[in-house]
Amino acid sequence: MSISMRFIPLFSLLIYAITSDSCQNPVSKRDQILRIDGSSTVFTLSEAIAEEFIKLNPEDRLTIGISGTGGGFRKFARGEISIANASRKIKEIEATACRENGIKYLEIPVAYDGLAIITNSHNGWLKDIKLVELKKIWEPDAQNRIHYWDQIRADYPHQMIKLYGPGTASGTFDYFTEVIVGQSGASRGDFMPSEDDHVLIQGVAGDLASLGFVGLAYYEENIDRVKLVPVDNGSGPVTPSRETILSGRYNPLTRKIYMYVSSQIAQMDQGVEFVHFFLDNAGKFAQDVGFIPLADSEYRQQLSRFSEFLNQN
Amino acid sequence: MNREIRNKVFDIGFRIFGIFSTFLGVILIAIFISSIVQAGFSKIDWNFLTGLPSRFADHAGILTAWTGSLWILALSAIIGIPVGVGAAIFFEEYAPKNSLTRILEINLTNLAGVPSVIYGILGLELFVRSFKMGSSLLAGACTLSLLILPIVIVATREALRAVPQSIRQASFSMGATKWQTIWHQILPASAGGIATGVILALSRAVGEAAPVIVIGALAYVPFVAESPLDDFTVLPIQIFNWVTRPDPEFIVNASAGIIVLLSITFLLNGIAVYLRYRWQKKMKW
Repeated sequence: MSISMRFIPLFSLLIYAITSDSCQNPVSKRDQILRIDGSSTVFTLSEAIAEEFIKLNPEDRLTIGISGTGGGFRKFARGEISIANASRKIKEIEATACRENGIKYLEIPVAYDGLAIITNSHNGWLKDIKLVELKKIWEPDAQNRIHYWDQIRADYPHQMIKLYGPGTASGTFDYFTEVIVGQSGASRGDFMPSEDDHVLIQGVAGDLASLGFVGLAYYEENIDRVKLVPVDNGSGPVTPSRETILSGRYNPLTRKIYMYVSSQIAQMDQGVEFVHFFLDNAGKFAQDVGFIPLADSEYRQQLSRFSEFLNQN
Repeated sequence: MNREIRNKVFDIGFRIFGIFSTFLGVILIAIFISSIVQAGFSKIDWNFLTGLPSRFADHAGILTAWTGSLWILALSAIIGIPVGVGAAIFFEEYAPKNSLTRILEINLTNLAGVPSVIYGILGLELFVRSFKMGSSLLAGACTLSLLILPIVIVATREALRAVPQSIRQASFSMGATKWQTIWHQILPASAGGIATGVILALSRAVGEAAPVIVIGALAYVPFVAESPLDDFTVLPIQIFNWVTRPDPEFIVNASAGIIVLLSITFLLNGIAVYLRYRWQKKMKW
């Protein structure tokens, strides 16, 4: 008897284990799951709304992943998910991939996300910061030249600038470097990076001459530990708030976050319901999880755009 | 005389170093566990274990995560054990000692050193996309089976090698075939060692986050998986997700999640120790 024949029982057992699993489950059940994936920033908002949605519709099945904005769009273009969460607009190459696979989509802005510039709460002299100063501190060149606060403004003390920021893999880092330095990902390398924003808050809270940036939600959970630094874009220092973000005055450290809805969703009752529920309640929940809601009229406008999109597909 | 003293000094020195090394590991783990237990133990109750994920730290439960982890554990065992043990039996009992076998062996050993995220990428292309399993429990279990395969094979081979050659010879001389020898003599004799290796490998699989994130395990799954083709999440992902939240209250949940994960691992390791002990007592030649 040949060797391989002796192993047939093992392999057939394995194959049986796999196929018998799949036989028990008709494929149709899987198709009814509403799949959402993408940015981990937007995740918190989707999750909050999904949680309430499930409470009202316990029979409906939906899942949310955190593959990141780019990872989400890749799955979106393959038709693997029906909603992509995105902390930026879709890129041309991603849009092309969708077109090639016949995926039509609707871009829906769902809230504003602000970046907070923070320092130690006992720091009395850092009262505001100009965009050019942020650039001077963070640009790649600064690593060899800018080390002390009195290099930024002459009346600041001669103390080391201690920098804290999210890790280079995060969307927040990309966004900050894009609007401050002018090129996504371009930054000095000698700052304290952490993927865990709690570590950043802790670092800034323990370092008098520190400067850091985090998502506004993280600042709001730690108001008593760190201090917000108003940002001056040329027309005076501005503190991020609902009012300054909605009016566009807290510029450019505000971005819109999006959900991209695939035309697949038209065939999915709970998907359509979910998007309606999302837009009806986004304002309230955005506030809860630390984002700034859009104006109410804008959510209503997105709802009618969504209805139009459904009619066309 | 002089040399004698020097050797004694070395002897004592090494003993102190050994004690220090042992306690260093034990103390670090003790500190880690006690701080985790302090932070999270009060959180563990029925509601936590049977609750669905939530944006509120108070309500957030871990049901879908631990059931997902158990699913992964069971499926990885079903898939990984027959393949791993089968391969090990082939290497030890059947394979001719030639250069092809040696190349296979070296590759297998190298596989054990491949970073786990690479297995995730392989699993994504192979199981999720080519075999069209989707981001399901089955795809996750297949990926993790690959990950633990080298460990299972190496441990099983060790266990098989520990069976005395005389047992094989005695069995053959009684007229048994090779398969009868393996099935009735060698496998029972080495079962304790194999079980230990398999369980240690499985407890590694249960703690992995990177490969399952790559194949598309999810962060928010508000239902318990009912079949191997359902979407899923696992404990390490839930813990990671809680650690990265803005609200510091979730750190408590993360600690509680770590306790649950550690309990599963300790339980598995306990079973491994027990099995080894039982089988050792049972085997009498």
